[in-house]
Amino acid sequence: MIKIIENKCDFCGTCVTVCPVDCIEVREASISIDHPVCIDCDLCVEICPILVLETADEV
Amino acid sequence: MKSNYDVVVVGGGPAGSMAGWEAVKGGASVCILEKDRDIGYPVRCGEAASDLGLRQFVEPKDSWIAEKISGAVIVSPNESRVNVKFANETGYILNRRIFDYDLSRYASNAGAEVYTKAYVKELLKTDDFVTGVVVDHLGEEKKINAKIIIGADGLTSRIGRWGGLKTQIRMKDMESCVQYSVSNVDVDSDNMIMYVGENFAPGGYLWVFPKGDRFANIGIGISGKHSKHKSAKAYLDQFMEREFPDASILTTMCGGVPCGKPMRRPIKNGLMLVGDAAHQVNPMTGGGIVSGMKGGWLAGQVAADAIIKGDYSEKTLEAYPEKLRKDFGKNHERFYKIKEATAALTMDELNSIAENVLKIPHNKRTLASVFKAAVFKKPSLIIDVLKVLSGV
Repeated sequence: MIKIIENKCDFCGTCVTVCPVDCIEVREASISIDHPVCIDCDLCVEICPILVLETADEV
Repeated sequence: MKSNYDVVVVGGGPAGSMAGWEAVKGGASVCILEKDRDIGYPVRCGEAASDLGLRQFVEPKDSWIAEKISGAVIVSPNESRVNVKFANETGYILNRRIFDYDLSRYASNAGAEVYTKAYVKELLKTDDFVTGVVVDHLGEEKKINAKIIIGADGLTSRIGRWGGLKTQIRMKDMESCVQYSVSNVDVDSDNMIMYVGENFAPGGYLWVFPKGDRFANIGIGISGKHSKHKSAKAYLDQFMEREFPDASILTTMCGGVPCGKPMRRPIKNGLMLVGDAAHQVNPMTGGGIVSGMKGGWLAGQVAADAIIKGDYSEKTLEAYPEKLRKDFGKNHERFYKIKEATAALTMDELNSIAENVLKIPHNKRTLASVFKAAVFKKPSLIIDVLKVLSGV
């Protein structure tokens, strides 16, 4: 499962553009992941320039 | 805000303003919707653009220009510095806040209606045609019908996705970027400085762009292919620590730059994409101000013509990608090939290229000569290098 450290995010949307299933939504000052759609490919974690996203164990 | 326009442009950056401006000049009624409270802010850009590039559309104003530059210094992995003067070109590091604002004013003064804090929530379609948007303007939801929608909504282009265009970018073609605008730095005010090699920026480069008075944009882009083990920010912080430990970071910004091949057909029935939304970025430099403006400029003209014709089908809008291809599209494909060849070079190869180029006398050294040396493994690319860089 992907975890967002929200107060770190600059809402640049880079993650949105590499997501293969289009499950990330970034608005002016908010970011959310549609977890049921997410396939845990981790591309968003890898591309984020400032490490806002993390791979977390299932909760 | 009315409920009907000929053309609705989503996004008020340079590409959107140019599109709206050209469409209104061509006789269309135009509305430009910007989601943020300000045109030109926040800035997510290195802010470099060339004089000749801008001059295709507007007379550059002093207030837009933070610094004029006459050349580039390319720094190799072992820190040889290759200085190249631009032959027939002046470079600018812009103040995008002021620049974007002025372009929006030009569009507005020509008759386009510009709205800020106007967030588009939905794209409306009838049959197979895009026919309007639902916008949240200052908390009030409104439906706007349009004959043509122009998506100038940046990298994440929801307009493109909703319209059924493939906006996703492959990891290797995506540059993961961070930039600091810093003060209290002693930088060369006459050159843009680019550090290359995997020790500085794997699959990209690190830049120092002077903005006058001990101020600079210092940023980095690394390829998504390499960003897994170390983030763009980690590379940049390491550099800052070493080179500019006393700098104050006045702005931190991050973002992605699409550095793939240009989108071939950024159109659908009643829909066009421009700027970053259509990946109109030079894939070698990551520069997108001028090509985004050109995309907007061409799309605005094609939209105005289509309105006069009364036909907004993909077939009519096809004139736009045709013009794109003739303009920068072909060159961007060449730049992409050169980027692919240079991105594969090892640090040792980059060092020896720098050594060889430094043997060329300074007054004869050009960007073309640097890149001719850099594509030594693929001599067939020399023709491409000459086609895209001979005038620079």
